[in-house]
Amino acid sequence: MKKNVFGIFGLLVAVFVITAIADPNFLSAYNMQNTVKWSSLYGVMSIGVAFVIITGGIDLSIGSVVGLVAVVLSFLTKIHGLDPIAAIGLTLLMSVGIGLIHGLLITKAKLQPFVVTLCGLLIYRSLSRWLTDNQSLGPVPLEGDPGFENLEQILMLDFIFSGQIAIGGFFKLPTPALFLLVLAIAGSIFLRKTIWGRYLYALGNNEEGARYSGIDTDRMKIIAYVLCSFFAGIAGILFAFELGSVQPAQTGEFYELFAIAAAVLGGCSLRGGEGSVLGVIIAAAVIRIIFNSINIVGISTHLEFGILGLVILLGVIGDEILKKKMAQRQVAASEKLAVELSEKSKSNEKLE
Amino acid sequence: MAFDSGFLLEVKDLKKSFPGVLALKGVSLTLGKGEVISLIGENGAGKSTLMKILAGVQPADSGDYFIDGKKVEFKNVRDAMDLGIALIHQELNLASNLDLASNIFLGREPRKKGFIDEQELHSEATRHLQRVGLNLPSDTIAGSLPIGKQQLVEIAKALSCDARVLIMDEPTSSLSQKETETLFDVVKGLRDEGISVIYISHRLGEVKELSDRVTVFRDGENAGDLAKDEITHDNMVRLMVGRELSEFYDRDIHQAGECVLKAINVVSPTYPDTPVSIEVRAGEIVGIAGLVGAGRTELLQTFFGVTPSLGGELEVQGVSFSPRSPADAVQAGLALAPEDRKLHGLVLPMTVRENASLPSLERDQKLGLLDHSKEKMIADEAVAQMKIKTPSIEQAARFLSGGNQQKIVLGKWLAMNPKLLMLDEPTRGIDIGAKREIYKLMEQLAGKGIAILFVSSEMEEVLGMADRFYVMHEGKISGELKKNEMSEESIMQLATGGSLAA
Repeated sequence: MKKNVFGIFGLLVAVFVITAIADPNFLSAYNMQNTVKWSSLYGVMSIGVAFVIITGGIDLSIGSVVGLVAVVLSFLTKIHGLDPIAAIGLTLLMSVGIGLIHGLLITKAKLQPFVVTLCGLLIYRSLSRWLTDNQSLGPVPLEGDPGFENLEQILMLDFIFSGQIAIGGFFKLPTPALFLLVLAIAGSIFLRKTIWGRYLYALGNNEEGARYSGIDTDRMKIIAYVLCSFFAGIAGILFAFELGSVQPAQTGEFYELFAIAAAVLGGCSLRGGEGSVLGVIIAAAVIRIIFNSINIVGISTHLEFGILGLVILLGVIGDEILKKKMAQRQVAASEKLAVELSEKSKSNEKLE
Repeated sequence: MAFDSGFLLEVKDLKKSFPGVLALKGVSLTLGKGEVISLIGENGAGKSTLMKILAGVQPADSGDYFIDGKKVEFKNVRDAMDLGIALIHQELNLASNLDLASNIFLGREPRKKGFIDEQELHSEATRHLQRVGLNLPSDTIAGSLPIGKQQLVEIAKALSCDARVLIMDEPTSSLSQKETETLFDVVKGLRDEGISVIYISHRLGEVKELSDRVTVFRDGENAGDLAKDEITHDNMVRLMVGRELSEFYDRDIHQAGECVLKAINVVSPTYPDTPVSIEVRAGEIVGIAGLVGAGRTELLQTFFGVTPSLGGELEVQGVSFSPRSPADAVQAGLALAPEDRKLHGLVLPMTVRENASLPSLERDQKLGLLDHSKEKMIADEAVAQMKIKTPSIEQAARFLSGGNQQKIVLGKWLAMNPKLLMLDEPTRGIDIGAKREIYKLMEQLAGKGIAILFVSSEMEEVLGMADRFYVMHEGKISGELKKNEMSEESIMQLATGGSLAA
């Protein structure tokens, strides 16, 4: 597990150094702040989908959930003038509800995760557009909006979700990074230190084996989908404040693919049972830096997806090779033991 | 029978290892033309491994093969088929939605102008079906036939490839008495045609009836050969076990205590029309014998909540119990070491520690946090108590041998202090040393007052280990036998739908 993170960390360093050498502007405080901010926003979603991928499932609806949460939040605060804290609570509740529905459909109705969440992707996206008549809007109300009376409170929230905190003289830490930090630590503890995390890995590796060991596998899968949507919901709020203006048709589009890419590049196997929060976060940063680097180095942006695809492919191939090597070492240890034991039993027989 | 002077097939010094176990330590085998030999040995003796190598399913590590005295090599199923060796699998491999002719010539359909030559296909298929005594239209759908007839179709398929050596791996394990007799007639007929057969079976009565010679494997090595007139039950068992049977199955009879599991008219979904009633008492070792497919595994799974019961009543220590999931069953103090260890028993990529502690995590948690030291303790204890041979408790379970994997399964349940331990084919695919340890453990657990219920297809195992056993036939209990009534004949009688003469 730790070796996997080592590999992706090496990739991060490599991409970082190459970009910095190609254009020293990459290291400017402004660009670093941007990189940290976007990596954090992607990272939050990616941790969420990692829970699901570890169970061997998939969630294609993340981008649409991000969009829907951003739209509904803006809709409630700006147009309906709802108390902004209540609005945040409601949207998070909505994202949890979405995850719960996914989990129930997958475990109780035995539908395939791909199908359930693909339908979710379509449904939530069109809900966003229908709700707003496809007009863009943001969470911060303007004068004349019903929500304008809560402006002070909303600006406060705007700072919490998309502000910057000065550290030292010139670097300002974007607040999404703090969200990522808290969620990453919580996610890591959940996966590594609690029995539920262990259950997720177990059922991702062998669902029947876990069930035969007395684990309520359905409940654990539902929890994974709920966590995934919940993390997407938090990302939706962060994005809403970050962007200021939410496009019902576009905000969050394709984000599920970035999140899944980060999870896979970070060491999750789509077969389930593998992955760590740290690896996923580093991978999310790698993906952001690659985008950033294409931009500032001056490669045609038409190539950005192609380059990203190649990097992920190479990363996953490297990971497979590493795993095979480790497996060979374990086999060798077992074989050595078998030979030793067999010789020992032979010499014992002779003694008898 | 006239053999040629040389052997049709000869195998010398074959070696094969799997992670954690040397499955074949240099075995040899000979087979004459038109000879039927039986290959016998306990679970894990290496029979199946050798058969898979001969059929080209997996390669050997080293060793030589000769056909008609000429050294040959084969690396895959294709090579083996070209040399005339065909394996009739224990699990049948017919495409159940296709007709018999299509099955027999699957992948080798006779063609005319690029299209399948239906006329040729069916006339050839009919010819081969008749060779195995099947006078059925060749357009019969394979899935509509009973299992015994499907097996004959498999043999016809092998014959259509000009097979000279048929390897039959426990062909009678799911056949009725009558189907078995038909199969034997076919095998004897083929022998007279000059086709050689390697027959693998646990049923020594059948082995005696059918074989010209018996080769015995023990623990991955040749234990000896028996010529036709030496084939007796005692000789076979002596070579298989390597010592007296009573020494191998070292059983003390314990005083049976209170009733731990009581099933009254329980119905498993596979056999919805046959309610089953049994009981198991504390300190008792109770076996369930029967043919493969008799509903034994399904019964254990129903007790364990894998497939909920459709009716009847279950009681654990007198308390009514209706498990809807294995989690419920574990809660009630039940444990199951399933037949398919790789699929159901373990999470193979996880370590010995993680597997051994999996059911106990919930009990040992504090606020949902893992108790790492407790976990390590459980794993260390399992390794020590079961003598699990592993480089460390951090080794992934998949790199251990079958015997050690089974010990992890048992270890994880013992950490839960179960009231009832159910074992489904506890020694399948396990080497002889581990097997003995597992028997010893069953014995010790019974001594501690745990109720033990096990399913086994191995005669000797049921006879040797059980204080008492039930025999199942087509989903129902066809009989219950006490220690003094047990015999291979009585089991077969009940398992194939007969009844015991009063």
